[in-house]
Amino acid sequence: MFAYYLELALRSLKRNRVLTALMVMALALGIGATITTLTVLRLLSGDPLPQKSAQLFYPQIDPNAKEGYIEGQTKPDQLMAYPDAMNLLQAHRGTHQAAMALTQAKVMPKQVNARPFFSDAVMTTADFFAMFDAPFQYGGGWTAADDDGRAQLVVIAGFLNDKLFAGANSVGRVIRINDHDLRIVGVLKPWAPQPRFYAQDLGGRSYGDGDAVFLPLQTARAMEMGPQDTECYAAVPDIRHLETAPCEWLGVWVELDSVAAVADYKTFLDGYVKQQVALGRFQRTETSLLDLMGWLRQEQVVPDDVRLQAGLAFGFLLICVVNTVGLLLAKCLRRSAEIGVRRALGATRREIFTQFMVEAGIVGLAGGVLGLLFAELGLLGIRHQPAEYASLAHLDTWMFMFTFVVALVASLVAGILPAWRACVLAPAPQLKAA
Amino acid sequence: MEIRPIEFRPILASLRKHRIPAMLIVLEIALACAVLCNAVFMISQRVNDIHLPSAIDEQGLVSATLRGTDDKLVGSDIPRNLAALRGIVGVQQAAITSSLPLSHNNWGWSFGTSPDSALANRKNINVSLYFIGEGGDKALGLHMLQGRFFNADELADSKFDTAPLPETHVVVMTRSAAENFWPGQAALGKTIYSKPYYYTVVGVVDDVLRPHVYTQNTRKSYDAVYFPMSAAGSKGALSYYILRGAPQDRDRIMREAEQKLADLNPGAVAKGQTYADIREKYFADMSSMAWMLVLVCVVMLAVTAFGIVGLTSFWVGQRRRQIGIRRAVGATRGHIMQYFQTENLMLTTAGVVVGMGLAFGINIYLMQHYEMSRMPWYYLPGGALALWLLGQASVFGPAQKAASVPPVVATRSV
Repeated sequence: MFAYYLELALRSLKRNRVLTALMVMALALGIGATITTLTVLRLLSGDPLPQKSAQLFYPQIDPNAKEGYIEGQTKPDQLMAYPDAMNLLQAHRGTHQAAMALTQAKVMPKQVNARPFFSDAVMTTADFFAMFDAPFQYGGGWTAADDDGRAQLVVIAGFLNDKLFAGANSVGRVIRINDHDLRIVGVLKPWAPQPRFYAQDLGGRSYGDGDAVFLPLQTARAMEMGPQDTECYAAVPDIRHLETAPCEWLGVWVELDSVAAVADYKTFLDGYVKQQVALGRFQRTETSLLDLMGWLRQEQVVPDDVRLQAGLAFGFLLICVVNTVGLLLAKCLRRSAEIGVRRALGATRREIFTQFMVEAGIVGLAGGVLGLLFAELGLLGIRHQPAEYASLAHLDTWMFMFTFVVALVASLVAGILPAWRACVLAPAPQLKAA
Repeated sequence: MEIRPIEFRPILASLRKHRIPAMLIVLEIALACAVLCNAVFMISQRVNDIHLPSAIDEQGLVSATLRGTDDKLVGSDIPRNLAALRGIVGVQQAAITSSLPLSHNNWGWSFGTSPDSALANRKNINVSLYFIGEGGDKALGLHMLQGRFFNADELADSKFDTAPLPETHVVVMTRSAAENFWPGQAALGKTIYSKPYYYTVVGVVDDVLRPHVYTQNTRKSYDAVYFPMSAAGSKGALSYYILRGAPQDRDRIMREAEQKLADLNPGAVAKGQTYADIREKYFADMSSMAWMLVLVCVVMLAVTAFGIVGLTSFWVGQRRRQIGIRRAVGATRGHIMQYFQTENLMLTTAGVVVGMGLAFGINIYLMQHYEMSRMPWYYLPGGALALWLLGQASVFGPAQKAASVPPVVATRSV
């Protein structure tokens, strides 16, 4: 029976090619726009470390003055001052913990006549790589002892290794950064979490290429490398010694493996702040311990424009669906006589309904295929845009399949009203009129 | 030609028979109107932001940054570099500064107007600091509104010690910053404080944008303060060489400046950029969003028009007999045209009324959830007018087809 409906539907669609083309086109445009924007939205609001994100937490405290503080309402600061970050790290309350800041590293290639260039760098502590599951191509990270000893070493990204050492194992070799010689201890495999969660609020971009250079925090500071963003909360007598200045410039992450560990850590954090209040260093007691995805939500890492675009595309799809309803209705009412004949010859209402739904479904599938083409075009357009996430905009298998789900759902929803109108048509007047 | 009043009643009677298709057209127009009003409003906001004025000579300005220099040598390196840059053909002015409007490179600090204002005071005003060397006013093309630019002594004596604020006591600020610090008063001779530092205003310049702008609060986007700075005491803060020439020379000046700085400073990284590029890059996301909105609007209006054409054509086909009868009993082609045009006008009006309400509702929602301001009232009638025109344009073809139905159709059975 289904094959028969299919044949009927195809014949009917062929009868009025212009109208059919209009319907398919409108639906395809709506679907194309929706899939394009949803792909970008999904990409930008994705989980940067799916296997680990539930165990990663971002502690926040608030060293600001009392003025303007409303207990329970004022959110703690995004960044941390050096003494607090070090106190939290040295307490070793998590499975792993690391402090980090972004900076720019001036890399001097060894080749003669080569010009120096700046690369994105992270100054951090030993646990960074293990905590964030950063994969190594060669070698490994450094130890806590290297942190304390300001060891002259560095981890570089694979793409920098390709550029400087043509991809060879460069562990043990020397790289000149900010006019200092540092020994390479590890080379990372391609690693660029999207969003770049650990860089939030540290003064870097949220999406795009991974960092090129990773240095021990103390080593980098001894080389006078400065953080990309610094927020000061009191008068600063000496900005050179950021370690003692009343300025926040570090992000701290902790790995906590169980619910109990999270609760323990929150208690520890609250206790730490109370202790600082007792010492007179702090006036505010608010703390926060968000998990990775919670932190990204609070930071509203997905740009407003991307969410607006997705909303707009849905509105557009709605208009296209309404349009399809109208055109399908026009088509099926024009065939009132045919329906009358079929009903008179014994077709049930259900059969008429199914027939028209099959027709709508075919329009939907055709719209889906064409919509996929439009979505690919849309994503191609986005890849050529200047946005920092541009190069990531690709259709994955899920969105590919989702396109057909959207197309079928949209067309079947659009088909219900016309199909229902068709099946409730009384056959007798139609036959008479014919 | 006989002029008859437009008859609404027969149209209403006929629409009542085609309730569902009529409602679909109304719904489609309502949705299109709602989306159109909001999208056009978003486009206009972005266009305004992209063209935020800034009182410097943007067309003739070239920037060349030099980073990774040795802080101990800048006292002699900067004058040497500037002298070399002045030697480039077509360079009229050259100077050095710490940052440029829209460069993203922001040095913010907050000041108060009373002597006990400290950094953390809530009432303080956050401003962007620009440190600028000799001739910076001329190189940027600043418009002095009141007072004066820094004199040679002030420029030579200003330096950084260990604090993030310079050891000087004079500043020049923008008109907006002056108005924000001292509303309705003259700023010249007044002082801003951040304990233990204080600075007296010696000049007010026309509004220059900050390195970052606040697109929803343009007033805040101009809170910038200029400090004098000597090359020797700058401790690495001065890294933007600014060159001014004729707009047609700027690309060549940019390339030559980058080359010259790189040659003179082999250990540092030089990068040239025209100011026009800096502005374009800053607003690139915004302008691509605006273009995307334009595209969606155009496609959406096209789809809506197709829908109207499709449904009206169907109606015309269905009513061929009735049209024939009307023609046979004396209706002119004009009357038939007018019938369909009036019908469309009524449907569009209903759609537009619903759509304006919807547009207003969406705007309120966006204001609550996104950085969006209230849509000015004239967007609503504007959207209505656009859809009226669209409706009339799309109904024209089918209406003409209807008007060409010959009266003889009335006498035939299908």
